[in-house]
Amino acid sequence: MAMLEIRGLTKHFGGLAAINGIDLDIEEGEIRGVIGPNGAGKTTLFNVISGVYRPTSGVIRFNNEKISGLSPSVIATRGAVRTFQRDAVIHDFDVLRNVTVAGHLHSDQSIIKTLFGDIKGSREKDEEKAMKILEFVGLDHLCHELAANLAHGFQRVLGIAIALATEPRLLMLDEPVAGMNTTETAHMTEVINRLHEEKGMTIMLVEHDMKTVMSICKKVTVIDFGEKLAEGSPSEIMNDPKVIEAYLGAEEIVT
Amino acid sequence: MWKKISGLAIIGIIFCSLPYMVELYRMEVLIVLLFNLILAQSYRLVNTTGDWSLSHIVVMGVGAYSSALITKLLGWPFWLSLPVSGLVTAFIGFLIVFPLLRTIGFGFFIGSFALGEFVRLIWVKFRDPFGGPRGLINIPSAEIGPIDLYQPIPFYYFCLIIAAISIWIMYRIDRSHIGDTFKAIHTDPVLCETIGIRVPRYRAMAFVIGAFFAGIAGALMAHHQGAIDPHNFEATLMVYLIIYVVVGGIETFWGAALGVIVMTVIFEITRPLEEWRPLIAGCILILFLVVMPGGLDVLLPKTMKLFRKIPGIGQLFT
Ligand SMILES: Nc1ncnc2c1ncn2[C@@H]1O[C@H](COP(=O)(O)OP(=O)(O)O)[C@@H](O)[C@H]1O
Ligand SMILES: [Mg+2]
Repeated sequence: MAMLEIRGLTKHFGGLAAINGIDLDIEEGEIRGVIGPNGAGKTTLFNVISGVYRPTSGVIRFNNEKISGLSPSVIATRGAVRTFQRDAVIHDFDVLRNVTVAGHLHSDQSIIKTLFGDIKGSREKDEEKAMKILEFVGLDHLCHELAANLAHGFQRVLGIAIALATEPRLLMLDEPVAGMNTTETAHMTEVINRLHEEKGMTIMLVEHDMKTVMSICKKVTVIDFGEKLAEGSPSEIMNDPKVIEAYLGAEEIVT
Repeated sequence: MWKKISGLAIIGIIFCSLPYMVELYRMEVLIVLLFNLILAQSYRLVNTTGDWSLSHIVVMGVGAYSSALITKLLGWPFWLSLPVSGLVTAFIGFLIVFPLLRTIGFGFFIGSFALGEFVRLIWVKFRDPFGGPRGLINIPSAEIGPIDLYQPIPFYYFCLIIAAISIWIMYRIDRSHIGDTFKAIHTDPVLCETIGIRVPRYRAMAFVIGAFFAGIAGALMAHHQGAIDPHNFEATLMVYLIIYVVVGGIETFWGAALGVIVMTVIFEITRPLEEWRPLIAGCILILFLVVMPGGLDVLLPKTMKLFRKIPGIGQLFT
């Protein structure tokens, strides 16, 4: 039984079918690439899975439980957590606090503890946990920097650290290397690789940058105009005439 | 740690000695200042989630009416009625905020005004038990066992203790994980939802806690004035409350208190022009929105830095 099961998923915006009857299975421990040109419906797919939008029709099951129609916070609590294509960080917090606040699902906070407990002690405990995550993604040296002051690449990494603090079972990354330079891309790619290899994290990786996806993922799904076009190993995808013809453009594949 | 304690000690000494530094007729101003400190800090707590409520003064009124009715009709002692009124107000606050959780920004602003006016209308329309437009009179004055708090100076010290406890609790909440969550919701509610924070629940929590302390301030006020009516909780006063917070700023915890103190001093200096007060307040609001939109507390760190350079006592301000 797949960890994430999507059947006949459709999302309409007015007359536009941004997602149109997609079936998708993600196995536990898998790292799956989802590619497609701009406007293919990749972000919409994440928005629907994570509960930001309700599907027009179709079902999403996560660990055998139906999650379609639930609110984003409930879906996140179940363990399906997504990052954003934009820089989604708490800009006016420092890096460390971004991660501690995201760790709330696993922090022992309650109003009673806040009033009578040792708030300093429990903050230190949260910070210790958060530092481990920051070390893992390589942001520990910036822990006291204001998130707003980080370079774009680091902000995106922080976005992943925030998601990790919720201790997800499925991590959905929306174009994590978009707009990054080569150093930043290399850092990000390494973080994603290590998440998969060292932590065994189940990852869905949305990209329109082919290279990253092909180098990280063993299985790739191609969507175009909201529909699934092809699915298979990177080499299968790159040689699939349907994919080449439909939208990728031969040159991009060759390079 | 020691620096913090000595800073608090200085503030404590100032507030404890204030009654001996002003003429007796000014005691009234000092007592109202304490009500406003609790009120403004509780309003700021609600604001930390990004929700600007226009019902906070009415919410305070709920505390005033509760304590007046509890002591008058049920005959409960003041020391019991004070916390119970806070709880009643927190509950009414929950009823007010619940339908508003579907709204954000401007919708919340206007919706909270409408619900606040609805509560006020209930006071006006129902003579029994709220006394209608004339409100309630003969509210027993505050006393705790044998200690009569009717005289301004004892009452001032009593309110000072309540204000200190209230603000200390709100400070703890602000510094806690929950306080961080409130602020994160203000910055990016969509992100918060997707990392599992139940945003409506936290917004409701902030509103309800704020309502509790507003209710405490209202109850103190009711027993101080001895009479309350629906006019005491009008929208004009809501504007003053907003001015406190805008002038003080919401960047730091102490902004709202700073705003209350500064505006109280300004109102005292301009006392001869009392009928112009709304105009003065309006001008100050506009001035701050244009010249210093962050409020006075953006200056706090800079002022602290200046103070720190004072030899001898400088280290108290770090
Ligand atoms: N909230 C929305 N309202 C209307 N149309 C939308 C909305 N979000 C996405 N779309 C449309 O859906 C299509 C897919 O968009 P998106 O999922 O963002 O593509 P991708 O992430 O693959 O670039 C686009 O045509 C886009 O204009
Ligand atoms: Mg996209």
